[in-house]
Amino acid sequence: MEAYISLFVKAVFIENLALSFFLGMCTFLAVSKKISTAMGLGIAVMVVQTLTVPANQFIYQTLLKEDALAWIGITGVDLSFLSLLSCIGMIAAIVQILEMILDKFFPALYQALGIFLPLITVNCAILAGSLFMIERDYNFGESVVYGIGSGFGWALAITVMAGVREKLKYSDIPAALQGLGITFITAGLMSLGFMAFSGIQL
Amino acid sequence: MDKETKKVLFEPLVDNNPITLQVLGVCSALAVTSQMSTSLIMALALTSVTACSSAAISAVREHIPSSIRIIVQMIIIASLVIVVDQLLKAFAFDVSKKLSVFVGLIITNCIVMGRAEAYAMKNPPLQSFVDGIGNGLGYSLILVIVALFRETLGSGKLLGFDVLPLVKDGGWYVPNGMMLLPPSAFFIIGLIIWGFRTWKPKQVEHNEFKIMSIAHGEGGHH
Repeated sequence: MEAYISLFVKAVFIENLALSFFLGMCTFLAVSKKISTAMGLGIAVMVVQTLTVPANQFIYQTLLKEDALAWIGITGVDLSFLSLLSCIGMIAAIVQILEMILDKFFPALYQALGIFLPLITVNCAILAGSLFMIERDYNFGESVVYGIGSGFGWALAITVMAGVREKLKYSDIPAALQGLGITFITAGLMSLGFMAFSGIQL
Repeated sequence: MDKETKKVLFEPLVDNNPITLQVLGVCSALAVTSQMSTSLIMALALTSVTACSSAAISAVREHIPSSIRIIVQMIIIASLVIVVDQLLKAFAFDVSKKLSVFVGLIITNCIVMGRAEAYAMKNPPLQSFVDGIGNGLGYSLILVIVALFRETLGSGKLLGFDVLPLVKDGGWYVPNGMMLLPPSAFFIIGLIIWGFRTWKPKQVEHNEFKIMSIAHGEGGHH
């Protein structure tokens, strides 16, 4: 149990996907104008991450890993070069299903997310979550915790960013730096702050 | 080259740059730019994948049912990335070792997917190919500028040649270690955007509100 908690804390703070690994930046910068939209997207990413990491873990461990096919009597087969393709296929399928569900039941959120919903597929944070899972050889339980934790960390980062940007409205920024420019610099400062977590050992 | 092609090819360089205006493909711009050589290879790989995938997706755009379009696009892009990865391994093994993770991450580079969704699904293959090259060039431009600053100021070298002689080698330049850390890429891109928008005021994002200037006594009259 303790191992799961420390994995969760590590995934949220020390190895925050957005601010320590700089993954999923495109959506991070573009959809962080309002706290409510940012939170919606954060929750969507968390849901997708929670579903895809364990799903990919299951496929990788039972089908693709070296000698993983032993349970149907085939040995000596290593299909791990297909993991990139199978991961992205799984992610694309889950995002597509989520898009249809949102369109049907939460049209307001669907409108707000716009083009960034299909772009969750190419959100590097999602693919990277699955690739880190493969690289670190998590078991099923760990992959569930890591999926929730890393998704939550990303959601936290984008919500904090949106909070900062809402306050930025009241500051007098040079015209040409307004919008994206100042957002980049703010994100740089935030990630400098998050680098302080990297000194913590769990 | 007719006018339309020229526009599609050169507009993404400054006027509609994928990184500074469309906010696409930022992740790798932060990750690979600490060295000029990796940036150049990355720019080349991304440009060729974007151009080929745009052309391929545009060629089959009328046959893709919209409900499964993302999966079809991803499979085309992933296959092209695997080809690029294998080519790099075959002909430039050293560079491919350095880049291994980032080449895989081209699949999730939003420029490729963004152009497929926004342009290739609506335009014929040849134009989409040119659009892919144009956006790849826009991305390369930013990557090269950022790498120029980060490698020169961070380690005093450029493409492995000494540009600023370091103190520890008897020169005068004290390297700025922060330039090698990823946050510096945020600052540099932020400043590039500032520069671009000062040069092209059309790109400035205007707020829906205006801060009243009290100093001139006009506050309160609005």
